[in-house]
Amino acid sequence: MDLFKIISDIEKVDPEVYDRFDTRRRVFKHISGMGKAVTAATLPGLLGTMFNKAYGQSSNLSTEIVQTLNLALQLEYLEYHYYDTGLKTSGLIPSADIPAITIIRDDELGHINALRAVLGSQAFSPNDPTRAAFDYTAGGKLPDPFANSANFYGTGQAFVDTGVRAYKGGAPSLMSNKAILTAALNIHSVEARHSSHLRLLRRGGVSATADVTNLNAKPKSWISGTDNGGPVPAVTAPVYGAGSDANHPAESNVTQANINVQTSSTAPTGLTITAAAASEAFDEPLDAAAVKAIARNFRSAVGATAGLFN
Amino acid sequence: MSNIIKPDDNTLSKPLYAPIKRRSFFIYAGATAGVTALALAGCSDDSDDNSSFIDVGANDVGVLNYAYALEQLEAAFYAQVIAGGYYLNTASAAEKQVFQDLALHEKIHVDFFRQAISAANATPLKNLTPDFSAINFGERTSVLNAAKAFEDLGVAAYNGAGQYIQDASYLTIAGKIVSVEARHAALIRDLITFNSFVGDDVVDFSTTGASARQEKSKSPSQVLETANMYLADGSKLSANSLR
Repeated sequence: MDLFKIISDIEKVDPEVYDRFDTRRRVFKHISGMGKAVTAATLPGLLGTMFNKAYGQSSNLSTEIVQTLNLALQLEYLEYHYYDTGLKTSGLIPSADIPAITIIRDDELGHINALRAVLGSQAFSPNDPTRAAFDYTAGGKLPDPFANSANFYGTGQAFVDTGVRAYKGGAPSLMSNKAILTAALNIHSVEARHSSHLRLLRRGGVSATADVTNLNAKPKSWISGTDNGGPVPAVTAPVYGAGSDANHPAESNVTQANINVQTSSTAPTGLTITAAAASEAFDEPLDAAAVKAIARNFRSAVGATAGLFN
Repeated sequence: MSNIIKPDDNTLSKPLYAPIKRRSFFIYAGATAGVTALALAGCSDDSDDNSSFIDVGANDVGVLNYAYALEQLEAAFYAQVIAGGYYLNTASAAEKQVFQDLALHEKIHVDFFRQAISAANATPLKNLTPDFSAINFGERTSVLNAAKAFEDLGVAAYNGAGQYIQDASYLTIAGKIVSVEARHAALIRDLITFNSFVGDDVVDFSTTGASARQEKSKSPSQVLETANMYLADGSKLSANSLR
């Protein structure tokens, strides 16, 4: 273990790491005070203490941050159990896709662990919600996602696009804590990468074109307009629709910071800036109330009793 | 701190001690004066500073201009891609559809930022002159690898700069764009190697810890070190006031 390499690595993602330690000099005093009692065996524990002191701010997180991270954490469980169930369903996922779905499942697990590390005792529950907390058919309104890979990727796309919008909507509420904001942004883009890949699978792989007349089944890797309501519009339209207020327009929005990005842009030579292209260039955030309303479709009676997405 | 890294402290395991020794600079600087270490580290970053560099500025406008610069680079790149031999002669229909969209999205981002900066009563950066001499626009691999570099860089840049934004509405704008860049990056990576939409070069692959499975965001100085390789003299950038 190379402590300074670790700190140097952290600096790459968190340029203020030294500041963090420096403003908490007692961390160093604490360690130096241990003197020769510090051994290789005890060092990892001490490091944990040191990093917790630098990053772990569970005791003084604002209510806003706690609420935002807890919604994100619940969404991560929704996703984790989804992909985990898919991977455990024999014959569901084509063998060529198992590496990808495994990566996505493990990414969600990493996000769960990271969010729990920040939230500590302020996590919504000390226990992990189990598979039984979720109903991935939305009360029978969606086809069984574990019956075939088309269903599986379709519902997966709806989850991940909800997640991307939720993180985006939550980001402003994290601004008071730069380390937490940056972590959330770094999760947000990973979720967007997942969405891109699932959409690629849904349209048929790298050699398949998206069908702009049937974006429900053959989407682009980005959200175009409202994607015709997504994989199963009766359930998934809100994933691409407007949120609860004017600050959360539908994914088809083309006005950014009062600028109409369709009409005020000049197209590259040979191309035309359509409303679709203008909407694709910007994803849209979704507010917590709208995210919860979508997510509540996917909690079972067990999940409802546990208060998920309340 | 110095107590635990004394060379004669035989309670420490060799693997722990050896790598630390290489970084003795930090031992002395870090243990007694973390602030000094920071300042010195900053000096080495600044050593390639040059009066010909264009600084993106400070505060929210600095972040907007930083984003504007990166978007200019991407837009200029894709404009050349769709006029180049690979796209015109060998790209599949699926790849053509992708590169048309990328060219459109990035141009829309450029035009948006220029107007948004003006709307903030600030001056947008000049039109930057790219240097794409390292890219062979006739060759698929060269184009895809460059696209991957630009897209992954863009994601890391937006994620790393979010913390410098003071106005929540600008943070939201950055969030609206970065996820699109991440979608681009994932697809380009899949076009190069299927299932590489997330890789340990861009995401921390540990599943435990504070940065588990998170994008490896980059500081402006890290980002510009790469971006400047694709910018001509007189268009190279610095971001000395983003903090």
